[in-house]
Amino acid sequence: MKTSTTGRARNGPDTDADDAPTAAADSPAAAPASRRRPPKRLILPALNAASIVAGISIWWILALNGFQFPTPPEVVATATELWRDGTLQEDILASLGRVLAGFLLGSAAAIPIGFLMGWYTVGRGLFEPWIQFFRTIPPLALLPLVLVLMGIGETPKIFVIFLAAFLACVISTYQGVVGVDKTLINAARVLGARDGMIFVRVVVPASTPFILVGMRVGLGSAWATLVAAELLAAQAGLGYRMQQAQYYYDIATIFVGIVAIGVLGLLMDRLLLLAESKLTGWQERR
Amino acid sequence: MNTTATGGISVQQVTKTFQLKGDDFVALDRVSLDIADNEFVTVVGPSGCGKSTLMNVLAGLEAPTSGRALVAGDDVSGPGPDRGVIFQQYALFPWLTVRKNVEFGLKVAGLGRAERRERAERFIRLVGLEQFADALPKTLSGGMKQRCAIARAYAVDPSILLMDEPFGALDALTRVKLQEQLLDTWSREKRTVLFITHDVDEAVFLAGRVVVMAARPGRIYDVIDVDLPYPRTEEVRLSPEFGDLRNRVWHSVYHQTPSEGRS
Repeated sequence: MKTSTTGRARNGPDTDADDAPTAAADSPAAAPASRRRPPKRLILPALNAASIVAGISIWWILALNGFQFPTPPEVVATATELWRDGTLQEDILASLGRVLAGFLLGSAAAIPIGFLMGWYTVGRGLFEPWIQFFRTIPPLALLPLVLVLMGIGETPKIFVIFLAAFLACVISTYQGVVGVDKTLINAARVLGARDGMIFVRVVVPASTPFILVGMRVGLGSAWATLVAAELLAAQAGLGYRMQQAQYYYDIATIFVGIVAIGVLGLLMDRLLLLAESKLTGWQERR
Repeated sequence: MNTTATGGISVQQVTKTFQLKGDDFVALDRVSLDIADNEFVTVVGPSGCGKSTLMNVLAGLEAPTSGRALVAGDDVSGPGPDRGVIFQQYALFPWLTVRKNVEFGLKVAGLGRAERRERAERFIRLVGLEQFADALPKTLSGGMKQRCAIARAYAVDPSILLMDEPFGALDALTRVKLQEQLLDTWSREKRTVLFITHDVDEAVFLAGRVVVMAARPGRIYDVIDVDLPYPRTEEVRLSPEFGDLRNRVWHSVYHQTPSEGRS
């Protein structure tokens, strides 16, 4: 998750430099080390690109050699077609809407409950057994029950996605709160802060990195749950479209669905990653 | 040494025991110590001698099992801004800039923005970090972090500074420099200081009085007056008088006779 390329270079001045002039004199000394490193920053994307090209080539070669795959151009053509008649947009919107609704509700519930569990013994005692219990059940396993109880509308699908996102995020938030450095809490205390102030000004910011990690994991399980939920019960959505395509042996459409899910998931993950770097850039990286 | 009425510290027969795997561990055994207003006292001793516990009791982070701890004549009950604490691990809030860290206690006290800024500015200047006021802690060296922590403690205007091995994690050169800076800061802004260390040189160089503690049970073993003039310059550090005191403290720390009756 964290790139270690600059970590060592940044630690350099820490060890011996104290006042400003020394620190300033030290940074040029650290610079050559980082100047030697940039190639790595170029090599990695280059390798990424090469790997993607190679992967698509292998796919193409396999498709041309008797495997029952559509070739990449065929998949692109199908995607264009689905886009023209509006099916792809409709499916994406349907799926995205469910994921976002479930994910946002899940995170919104997980963060306060995670805080309650981490901060108050009572909260922990009351919530923990249920969370530990439901954590071992894949949310999808609850789908049959949820379908019976909630009907086949949007509610059951959003509910299982909510559960998936909630469980991932609540554990992480809880661990973040429990793991807040006691010295920081003591430091706030000796500066005169009371419990409420310590919570808002120390515990919340200190556990933000954990919350964001939990949200990323939650988003991942939200997507996983979504597609499966749509395979079982839906009238639109990427999962539903793939399920339909399966009946007609329309492998190209299945490929379009897979790629669309992958790309959307990646985009949402990148957005969270961006938020993470903005909100938790203060962290010391090792 | 009758100090209970002023801004000094009075520790009276303080005992602190912990439960460790069912056994009673005596961290402090009937410790008594009086520190006068604006006095600089260092506490040195082997690990397990209870020096950090003593500090935590005075900071109000731990309650004594028995005995009394008084600050400015009042019993210590919980932490408060009248006693500034400086931790070995700096304990800066990593998400706040140097300025915001220094302002933290002022914000807690409900001071307005302009006043906070002005006070913070003054103490950031006092420790020489004005160029780094808007830097995050992660970009600072260990010495700079500790200077920021000192400014933060000073900003809430405590009458007492409790310092728990504040320079323990720094290299020897930075440590010497920070010792001199601390004395400089202290001479300009006099406070009662209780400074915990495991470094004999540091204990002698800073203090008007060195308290030597012993372990198992944690207790005061010896108190050595340091009659060296302030400001403490390099000349003082290299003088034979300093050497003599250093040797005395050294012997007191490293050649302790075991306590009577206890193991």
